Amino acid sequence: MPTVALRFSPLAEHVRTARLVAVAVARRAGFPESQLDEIRIAIGEACARAVLRTRSDAFVSMDLTDDHDRLDVVVHDDRRDVVDGPVGGAGGSEDPLALALMAGMAEAVSVDDEDGAPGAVRMTWSLHAEPSDAPSPRGDGGASGS
Amino acid sequence: MDLSVTSREEGGRTVVEVSGEIDVYTAPTLRERLNELVGAGHHHLVVDMEGVEFLDSTGLGVLVGGLKRVRSHDGSLHLVCQREKILKVFRITGLTKVFPIHDSVADAIAASSSAESGTAS
Repeated sequence: MPTVALRFSPLAEHVRTARLVAVAVARRAGFPESQLDEIRIAIGEACARAVLRTRSDAFVSMDLTDDHDRLDVVVHDDRRDVVDGPVGGAGGSEDPLALALMAGMAEAVSVDDEDGAPGAVRMTWSLHAEPSDAPSPRGDGGASGS
Repeated sequence: MDLSVTSREEGGRTVVEVSGEIDVYTAPTLRERLNELVGAGHHHLVVDMEGVEFLDSTGLGVLVGGLKRVRSHDGSLHLVCQREKILKVFRITGLTKVFPIHDSVADAIAASSSAESGTAS
């Protein structure tokens, strides 16, 4: 059950709102500023991607789950009817810069992307121990890529 | 926070001062402004990003597009940025190898000018 869920029409101006909400939830969960910067960027990328993929009459949704010292984020797009062709313009080719930023900023990322089906980007962050004495913040989180 | 883009001539270069957030919503404004400048014959740009609070992949795409445009006119595009959180975005995407990034506008103008005189042939 998500701690906070946000649903918005696929307009670029709402991506900033989504970033602000995500960072507010992460800050409240105790994440330090350095991690908030990572969360801000990765979630911005995931939401921008979802906005480009979602039909204008559908919604992008973002679920944020604060589970003790772990933040799970899922951004769903809704590309149900995109099979019509290149009307929307975002023909489905992934932006390598966006993918690099999500992968570089989140601890674990997975992108569900079946042809013509709604997709989702899942990302996870673990709360780091005090930055000063954190030799190796827990394991890899266990989530697999792909 | 909105995006603000202003430009001025300095040391034979066009300094484009950008501040605010460059993201999927505001990046088109920056793209238009860069296109206008290049279209008006400003082919040596120094983009001062010291006032940029946030930069996403769309913004990076606009900067890469600007670089391609000025290069097609034998021009150059240098960046000024010292903020770690913005530099990290360039580093993760490998774009620190594509853009010359400087600590100050003066350094960028000097590097841009010497590169031009060094390669003029």
